[in-house]
Amino acid sequence: MGFRHKDIIALKDLTKEEITLLLDTADSLSEINQRDIKKVPTLRGKTVINLFYEASTRTRTSFEIAAKRLSADAVNITASTSSVVKGETLSDTANNLLAMKPDIIVMRHAVSGAHEYLAKRVSCSVINAGDGAHEHPSQGLLDMLTMRQKFGKLDGLKVAIIGDITHSRVARSDIYGLTTMGSHVFLAGPPTMMPVGIERLGNVTVCKDMREAVDKADVVMMLRIQLERQGKTLLPSMREYSRYFGLNPEVLGLAKKNAIVMHPGPINRGVELASSVADCDQSAILTQVENGVAVRMAMLYHVCGGEPVE
Amino acid sequence: MNLLIKGGRVIDPSQGIDANLDVLIADGVVLELGQGLAAPEGTPAIDASGLIVTPGLIDMHVHLRDPGLEYKEDIATGSRSAAAGGFTSVACMPNTSPVIDSKAIASYIINKAKSEALVNVFPIGCITKGGKGESLAEMGELKEAGCVAVSDDGKPVCNSELMRRALEYAKGIGIAVISHSEDLALVGEGVMNEGFVSTELGLKGIPWAAEDIAVAREVYLAEFAGAPVHIAHISTVGSARIIRNAKARGVKVTCETAPHYFTLTDEAVRGYETNAKMNPPLRSAADVEAMKAGLADGTIDAIATDHAPHHPDEKDVEFNVALNGIVGLETSLSLSLKLVEEGRLDLNQLVSLMSCTPAKILGLDRGTLKVGAVGDVTIIDPAKEWQVEAAKLESKSKNSPFLGWKMKGRAVYTVVKGQVVYQA
Repeated sequence: MGFRHKDIIALKDLTKEEITLLLDTADSLSEINQRDIKKVPTLRGKTVINLFYEASTRTRTSFEIAAKRLSADAVNITASTSSVVKGETLSDTANNLLAMKPDIIVMRHAVSGAHEYLAKRVSCSVINAGDGAHEHPSQGLLDMLTMRQKFGKLDGLKVAIIGDITHSRVARSDIYGLTTMGSHVFLAGPPTMMPVGIERLGNVTVCKDMREAVDKADVVMMLRIQLERQGKTLLPSMREYSRYFGLNPEVLGLAKKNAIVMHPGPINRGVELASSVADCDQSAILTQVENGVAVRMAMLYHVCGGEPVE
Repeated sequence: MNLLIKGGRVIDPSQGIDANLDVLIADGVVLELGQGLAAPEGTPAIDASGLIVTPGLIDMHVHLRDPGLEYKEDIATGSRSAAAGGFTSVACMPNTSPVIDSKAIASYIINKAKSEALVNVFPIGCITKGGKGESLAEMGELKEAGCVAVSDDGKPVCNSELMRRALEYAKGIGIAVISHSEDLALVGEGVMNEGFVSTELGLKGIPWAAEDIAVAREVYLAEFAGAPVHIAHISTVGSARIIRNAKARGVKVTCETAPHYFTLTDEAVRGYETNAKMNPPLRSAADVEAMKAGLADGTIDAIATDHAPHHPDEKDVEFNVALNGIVGLETSLSLSLKLVEEGRLDLNQLVSLMSCTPAKILGLDRGTLKVGAVGDVTIIDPAKEWQVEAAKLESKSKNSPFLGWKMKGRAVYTVVKGQVVYQA
C-alpha cells in the first residue's frame, strides 16, 4: 500500500498499516545512515523548509540531516517569537514561503493546531515537528521504532509514560501511535499534570503511583519536566517531584528485566532520571536520537510520494 | 408611525394575552388590540394570519463596536443586523474604544443611533472608570445620559469590596448592574472549556469552576448588599444551580444565557474552529442541558446574544490568538425557537425571555403591547425555513459557528414605533 496523506500532522490520523509502513521504511532507510557516504538521490530537486517558531536543537537538526541524506535542499528558518508577535500572521508567512515553491514545510509551533491551520492553506506538504501540547508525530514514530527494534513488535507491550502528561505533545503522539499498534499505555504523574479524560484516548490506564505504572513494564518513558511551562502552581518543588516521579534504580527494578528506559530529551538529570539510570545499559535514549533521523527520512520520503530508494 | 397588524396570534405575556387579534398602532404607540379593528383610511396594514405577533424583541447584550472599532461593526450595521434578527431594541456593552465611562461617549452613541439606527439602541456604561476595575465610574451621570445599566463586560470586577460598593451605589441611583463573572486566576491562559476535547486538542482549558466561583461571589455580594445583580451569559450547570438556589431564598439575582450555550458543546471547537471560540467557552452536553432546564424553569431570565463581531483577520489565525466571540443577532430567534419545537419552552416563555423580562431588568418601557406602549413589534413566521449564509448577514462581521446551518422560524417583520424597519 502507498501513503496517501499530503501532510503528517498527527499520529491520531494514521492507521496501523500506515504507521507500520513508516516504521518499515525508516528501518530500511536507517542503513543509509551507516554508510560512509550517507546520501541517496531520492529527493534530489525537492525543497524542504524547516520553519521553527520554537527553540529546538535535536528535532530541527534531525529533520535537516534527514532531508540532506535524501538529497533534498533544506532551508532553516528560526523565528524566535510567534508569528503574531512578529507582526506577520502565520497565513502571510505561509504564503510568502509558498511563493518560493517548497515541496515540504516542516514546522514547529507553540500553538496547538497551528499545523492543521497551515496545512489547510498551503498546497505543499506540511510535517508537524511539534505543535503546542497537541502532537509530535516524528517523536512518536521514533519512539515506536526504538521499541520495535528492541522487542520485535509493539502489539502487547506494556509502556509506562511518566511525568507531565498535560503539557506533553510527546505523550499524546505516543499514546495514539502505541495504542493503535496494540500496546497498553500506563500513565503516572502529579495530579496537576494529568488532563481530563486522557484515558479515553485509547488503551490507556492512569495510575496513582508511578510504581504501579512501572511494574512489569517493557518500556519506561520519562517525560521532560518543562521548567519554563510549569509556573509556580503545578508542583511544590523539583525536589518533591524527583522523589515521587523520578526514575531511580530501585523503581526501575520493578519493570521487566529486559525493560528499556526512554526519554524524549533534553534530560533534566537528577529530576526525571537519576544519572545512573540515564546512562545505564537499559537506557535507549541515544538510540531514540539515532532513530530520529531514519524516521524523519521516512516521513519526508512518503509525503513526497515515495519514489524508489537507490 | 401608523400600522395595522391583522389577524396574527398575539403573544404578550406582560398582559397574559395569547389570542388571534389585530394590533393597531397610531403615532408610534399601541392604540388598540382587538378583533376586526378598523383603521383610518391609508393606514398601512400587514396580514399576519398564520404568524406570531409579539412585543418587540430585546437583546440586552450586544457589542456594536462603535466608537473605535467600526471595522468590525458600527451602529448602523449592528442595528440592521438586529432588525433582521427581529430585535427592536438592543443594549450595547461599553467595551468600545474609548469605553463608555462618561456622559460624552454615552451621548455620542445615543445621538448616532438617533440618526443612523433602525432599532432602539440603549448604551450600557462601565461599572468602573476606564473599565479598569479600580474605582467607580460616574454612574449617576451615565444614567442621566441614557445608560440603562452598568457593566465592565468582558472583564469581572475582581476586587470584591469595589463590587460591593458598585452594587450599593447602583441600587441607590436605580441602575442595573451586569456582571461578567469569571475568576481570572482560574481561567489563566485557557482558551476553551477544560474537558476531554481540550485534552485531545492539547489546548489549555478553562474550568467550569472559574465561572461558578465568580457567580457565587456576585450572589453573596448581592444578598449582603440587598441590591440586585444581573449575571451575563451563564454557561454552566453550577451557575444555574447557584442562581436557582439564590432565587429560592429571595436574592435579587437575574441572569441571561446565549443561544450558543444551549445549542453547541465544546465538540464544536474540533478542527481548531475559531468561530467556536468564545468567552465563556462552549461547555459540555450536561451544561447545555442545564441551560435548557434553566430557561424552562425560570432560573434563567433572558436570552441575550453577546453579539460580538470580529474582522476575518482576527478569526482566521491560530486558535490561541483568535479573538473571542461570535455574531448572534440574526440567528438568536431561530435557535431559540428550536427549544419551542423541542417542547422545552412554550411561546409565552420564549417571548418573556426575549422581550418582557429583559425590558424589566433594564427598566425599559418596552417588552409589552399594552395600550399606550411604544409600538415596537416583532412578527414571526415559525415555519419559515432559511439557511445561514455569510453573504446574507447584515452584520459587518460574519464570525458565526452557524454558517451553513438550516434554520426554521424567523422574524418576517420588525416594527419600531409603528414603522416597518425590516421585512424578510
